[in-house]
Amino acid sequence: MRAVCWQGVNKVGVEDVPEPHLINPRDAIVRVTATAICGSDLHLYDGYVPTMFRGDILGHEFMGEVVEIGPGVRDLQVGDRVVVPFPIACGGCWFCQHELYSLCENTNPNAAFAEKLWGHSPCGIFGYSHLLGGYAGGQAEYVRVPFADVGPIKVPQELSDEQVLFLSDILPTGYMAAENCDIQPGDTVAVWGCGPVGLFAIKSALLLGAERVIAIDRYPERLRLARDAGAEALDYESTDVLAALCDLTGGRGPDACIDAVGMEAHLHGVVGTYDRAKQAMRLETDRPGVLRQAIMACRNGGTVSVAGVYGGFIDKMPFGAVMNRSLTIKSGQTHVHRYMRPLLERIQKGEIDPSFIVTHRLPLEQAPQAYAMFKNKQQECVKVVLRPS
Amino acid sequence: MATEPHPMDERGGPPRAPAPAYEPAHGRGALRRVARVGRRVGSSLERVDEAAMARALGWFSIGLGLAQLLAPRALGRAIGVGERPGLIRMLGLRELANGIGLLVAKRRGPWAWARVGGDMMDMALLGAAARADGASSAEDTSAGNRRRIAVAGVAVIGVTALDIYAAQKLHRTEAARAPAAMEVRRSVTVNALPEKLYSFWRDFENLPRFMKHLESVSVAGGNISHWVAKAPAGTSVEWDAEIVEEQPGRRLAWRTLPDSELFHEGSVEFQPAPGGRGTIVRVDMRYRPPGGRIGARLARFAGEEPDLQVYEDLRRFKQLIETGEIASTQGQSAGRRSVIGRMSLGGRLS
Repeated sequence: MRAVCWQGVNKVGVEDVPEPHLINPRDAIVRVTATAICGSDLHLYDGYVPTMFRGDILGHEFMGEVVEIGPGVRDLQVGDRVVVPFPIACGGCWFCQHELYSLCENTNPNAAFAEKLWGHSPCGIFGYSHLLGGYAGGQAEYVRVPFADVGPIKVPQELSDEQVLFLSDILPTGYMAAENCDIQPGDTVAVWGCGPVGLFAIKSALLLGAERVIAIDRYPERLRLARDAGAEALDYESTDVLAALCDLTGGRGPDACIDAVGMEAHLHGVVGTYDRAKQAMRLETDRPGVLRQAIMACRNGGTVSVAGVYGGFIDKMPFGAVMNRSLTIKSGQTHVHRYMRPLLERIQKGEIDPSFIVTHRLPLEQAPQAYAMFKNKQQECVKVVLRPS
Repeated sequence: MATEPHPMDERGGPPRAPAPAYEPAHGRGALRRVARVGRRVGSSLERVDEAAMARALGWFSIGLGLAQLLAPRALGRAIGVGERPGLIRMLGLRELANGIGLLVAKRRGPWAWARVGGDMMDMALLGAAARADGASSAEDTSAGNRRRIAVAGVAVIGVTALDIYAAQKLHRTEAARAPAAMEVRRSVTVNALPEKLYSFWRDFENLPRFMKHLESVSVAGGNISHWVAKAPAGTSVEWDAEIVEEQPGRRLAWRTLPDSELFHEGSVEFQPAPGGRGTIVRVDMRYRPPGGRIGARLARFAGEEPDLQVYEDLRRFKQLIETGEIASTQGQSAGRRSVIGRMSLGGRLS
């Protein structure tokens, strides 16, 4: 079969690889009908996530048709149309039973390595480095799905692939980012980054009762989408973001700040250059420009919700601001399983139509061009959906 | 003077009476006489701790080494061996390396023994110089040189005695510090009741399902079971174990039979976690592999860290209980791997 493989920094290729087979009793094999490139795939592409190896199959946003199930899989049949959550969760451990699925204790075979970097290990994730299990991803014709009776959700035929595909990651991720803000009536929420997760966070924050949402980006097409989603837009290239947020909120700052950017923030000036240099020399793993700004902007006693991916260690973290101003920081890989069913219901009711973010539809074979275009934000690219032929 | 027990025996076996205190064999050889002198000097140094002694010898080495490197001709004349700057500089390098080793190494014993070796070399060279000098013609300079060589020789003998004393002392304390048996304690919290976990574990034939290095365990009857484990380099080790403690639902302990090829004992405890969070499973294992400390080091070299091994076994135990299977990516699809990828994957990292 054909699969998108990581081949090195800034290099992916579509290769012929063996078709997946069942390894464990609770596995299923899914024939992929649609898969997307995630902003977090760009961290792999750019080489900032350790333990990637040439030949690793990428992709953690995918859906398709069940073509084979192991003897341990109940509740799923061959022929079912399913969307698969990106975290792999067993359903049986204490974390799964408390709906903290991305913290499942049983699905990362390389947990000992993750513990060295992070203290404890989260769950395994499809196509997202060997640190997170080394599972082959879904940007392929077929994919092996472990614990298939826990993760995949069956979706009705009347909804299109593009309406349900994003249940796999970015819609729940944007939703959880807003949910973590504990939004109260009258709240103002600021969202850094108007990519797919940021856009879904804007929609979710309004859905959860935010009075207003202020969105921050620099690409005109993304700022336009943010405005269409109901936010006020700030271009950080022409605005002093901290001053503007202060001004827009009567001097207090936003009640909650969402970082939907993560480890590769593009900031200008001395601090931006400092982070770029330190990251290039591997003296810090992440460029935390947005996180610092979100902390400094947030009102006293407010919440900073971090949805963007961070990998390791950051510098010049203004923790004095967090402590002295009673800020709450909430974060985490999304507990996707928790949100799939309620969000599917919202899609069915017409409250959300996630397909508005798709700007490019390409065959799987064009993945290398798609990665380059998405990375460089060419052709106003916001979201790429790939289809295996 | 040496009253602590001899370092743990290399071979396994049930605990034995402490070995007799170290008693050196008294012989006629020059080396033994030097050692005896060293011990006599040593008895007055008894209260000087060996780390301070190692440091002093280290700085002495560095001082001597620098003198040999920077002023080889003057030094050669002073000890009566004449102008041999090349050889003396080489000896200076040796001294420097030795000195640094004594100052910075974690285990200083080998470096102290290296100094003893260096002393032997120095004495041999002085002897050779004296003989060569005796054969030379110029009478008066020769007599002066022989005297200088003799003085240097006495100094070397004195230093050698000190070196031997320090080396023995360092060797003994460092050997006593090094663990002879590997001991591992690990715990994991499992989402199940203690009774269930206990009965799964009590059926020893289940152990190879999650202990990666076990090939099989067969219950021979009663409390005795026969274990077969994979060992480094494709070999296997077998032993018989007996259950020595059994508290249903709480604790289980086992130990190898006395005549086994290796010594192994272990226990597992099942303690309810607070707030209905399942059961804390604590494993405590001690074993001396065949080949003793050397075997253990070889095993470590081959990547078989016992601590990580037990921990990963416990993770697999948890997975088996909580999910009925063990998470794996063995045999899954991938694109073309690089050489580095092929070398890195498939072992600890999958």
